[in-house]
Amino acid sequence: MGLLIPQASDSIQELSVEELRAKVGTGMEIVDPEEHMLLSMGPQHPSTHGVLRVLVELDGETVVNLAPDIGFLHTGIEKNMENKRFVKALVMTDRMDYLTPATNNLVYAMAVEKLMGLEIPERAQTIRVIVSELSRIASHLVWLGTSALDLAAMSVFLYCFREREIILDIFEMIAGQRMMISYFRPGGLWRDVPEEFVPAVRKFLEIMPAKLADYEALLGQNPIFLARTKDVGVISHDDAIAWGVSGPSMRGSGVDWDNRRDQPYCGYETYDFEVPLEKEGDVWARYNVRMREMRESLRIIRQGLDRLKPGPVNIANYKVVPPPRADLGTSMEAVIHHFKVWTEGYHAGPGYVYQVIESPRGEMACYLRGDGGNKPARVHFRTPSFVNLASLPLMGKGAYIADLVAMIGSIDVVLGEIDR
Amino acid sequence: MSSGEIVVRALITGFIISLVVITGFAYTTLFERRLLGRLQARIGPNRVGYIPIPWRGGEKRFLGGILQPAADAVKLFLKEDPTPAKVNRVIYNLAPMLAVIPAILILAVIPWAPAFRIGSAKFQPYFAIAPNVNVGVLFILAVTSIGVYSIVLAGWASNSKYAVLGGIRATAQMISYELSLGIIVLVPIMMANTMDMGQIVEAQRHVWYIFLQPLAAIVFFIAGMAELQRSPFDLLEAEQELSAGFNVEYGSMRFGMFFMAEYMKMISVSAIFATFFLGGFRGPFVDDLPWLGFIYIFIKIVAGLFLMIWIRATLPRFRYDQLMSFGWKVLLPIAVLNFLITAVLIVMAEEGTLAPLIDSVSKFFTG
Repeated sequence: MGLLIPQASDSIQELSVEELRAKVGTGMEIVDPEEHMLLSMGPQHPSTHGVLRVLVELDGETVVNLAPDIGFLHTGIEKNMENKRFVKALVMTDRMDYLTPATNNLVYAMAVEKLMGLEIPERAQTIRVIVSELSRIASHLVWLGTSALDLAAMSVFLYCFREREIILDIFEMIAGQRMMISYFRPGGLWRDVPEEFVPAVRKFLEIMPAKLADYEALLGQNPIFLARTKDVGVISHDDAIAWGVSGPSMRGSGVDWDNRRDQPYCGYETYDFEVPLEKEGDVWARYNVRMREMRESLRIIRQGLDRLKPGPVNIANYKVVPPPRADLGTSMEAVIHHFKVWTEGYHAGPGYVYQVIESPRGEMACYLRGDGGNKPARVHFRTPSFVNLASLPLMGKGAYIADLVAMIGSIDVVLGEIDR
Repeated sequence: MSSGEIVVRALITGFIISLVVITGFAYTTLFERRLLGRLQARIGPNRVGYIPIPWRGGEKRFLGGILQPAADAVKLFLKEDPTPAKVNRVIYNLAPMLAVIPAILILAVIPWAPAFRIGSAKFQPYFAIAPNVNVGVLFILAVTSIGVYSIVLAGWASNSKYAVLGGIRATAQMISYELSLGIIVLVPIMMANTMDMGQIVEAQRHVWYIFLQPLAAIVFFIAGMAELQRSPFDLLEAEQELSAGFNVEYGSMRFGMFFMAEYMKMISVSAIFATFFLGGFRGPFVDDLPWLGFIYIFIKIVAGLFLMIWIRATLPRFRYDQLMSFGWKVLLPIAVLNFLITAVLIVMAEEGTLAPLIDSVSKFFTG
């Protein structure tokens, strides 16, 4: 990170190979420094999804070699979390994968609960599932829009954001925030959903299938889109496993694994849903997997709404969750609990846990170590984008530069999550 | 009419038409932005210049955004115009001009209205800057070919890798698609038996060529879009791949001139399409009321622009190799076949062998 970027005025020919290696800085092997052009795509580039820099060695339009260069969005989130109480560290997780904050909250909250051995009430589990799946749809909508925009299908981008707006409105309704919701807390939820939540989500469930059909009509039946995505950026079944690719990108290669089904959490095992699978492993397969996943998410949300029963959304342990606001006027004990929870927080550990969930981008995991203090001793996230991005050189060699853009779009990277 | 009169008349009409088209270009950008907005579930620019409706409290706005092009132009002129280091200054400055000049030149041979008279001035045989040019079509093909130089030179002189890639893409693309365009243009020429644009329009008095030659019209429109480098053929400025391609290093009005050339070429291609396939200025009552010709061709040009903008809102972009194979393996064979079949049919019709053939075929089917 922070490496010297070759100036536009420097042609490769003017530099010796050693100088060039030093300038490139990514450790990429230059196949032919005499004949090929070295292009630094990013970190400021319209389609590197934020601040990814891809160093590309070009032979005309063909990519000979490439190396992704990351670290431009490093914000020290993991280290920062060590200096915050458990509940305050939660807000940092929103900022990692800013397209699906709910699942980040979920993995961290579940890690804390696992460390402390807390059991979450039924209603909170159901709402967690509903909000996570809404978040998954919102994230996939941004992926669909931006990856279509990478292929210059500009209208789909705006249509996707129109539908995402409905989800963000729902988030605003339940959490007061549109993106950084911090809604799942260790011990349950921030507070119960308002009355208008269920009708709003049901309305969204009614609207969404027709919109998905619209997107498929615009993209899935478009010959140019098919030509641009089929047989482009192929990851084979074995490569997907060997490179640790996860999530929809892996299921596009025919690896049948979904943490929601195979390592269930939040009661996902009681929901009836399918795990979409495609065999080809190309951009088109990953597109199809995500489109079908959105439909499955709608099914899960519908089931979740049907089983939503009144009840508590937080554990009754006032050492972890602040007592109800109404009790503060009548109970001295409640006042003390409230004060202790918000000033000192709670203590966890000693011990360490590893919690895995399925984020929209793949296998999201949180390693959390507590030393008995009120702050985490160490937090580490296994983020799917980071691992998935490593497969870019695998796909990109020998492709056209235009395909490279489609590939970056298809593995759906979020740089905030990669650099943390 | 003396040659002096011809020059004076050409200067006056040229001045008027250039002004109209430059204004038209500005409003094409507004048209595109508003229409794209509508197609993409958003509003588009509607703030600069509007007519408030007083009886509705000035709340309801009419013609919102009508001054947006003027605001854009002022902005472009007032922006800093940096020249990057190590560019080839002569070519770098020449390229935007080379882009705009051919775009305006094309309009010289387009017939805008039938012959008419204002006072003593008589516009014959039709209203154009250069009427009665018997190689009008050749002129168009020649001038459009110059356009590619501006892009290649801009890409080369900018000393930027993205710009070079854009310039190289432009060369290959323009050459490939010009071939299809050149061949398909022969179809209306053969059918009208002239290269004079006005006579091609006149030949469509009874039926537009788009109904006789629908395939040729489609091929012409696609190849025209590719010549324009409009989406889905906008590989040379492919924003998502090459940032902005050939014009990445240009700013201020130099960039504005590339922009201007693109939109003026949109108008030109629409006008040429209208002339070749949609009957140009022809329409009901145009023989009695010649000024209707301006309205008819305006409507036809706007229809062409609408189609281009609609396509841009809908289609993804081709990849470089797909663009090439589409041009050479699909468009060119169709154009050649269309040309050959049309030629054979015309010769047969002239020799009188076509009617008996149609008779025998119809007899074969009716028994």
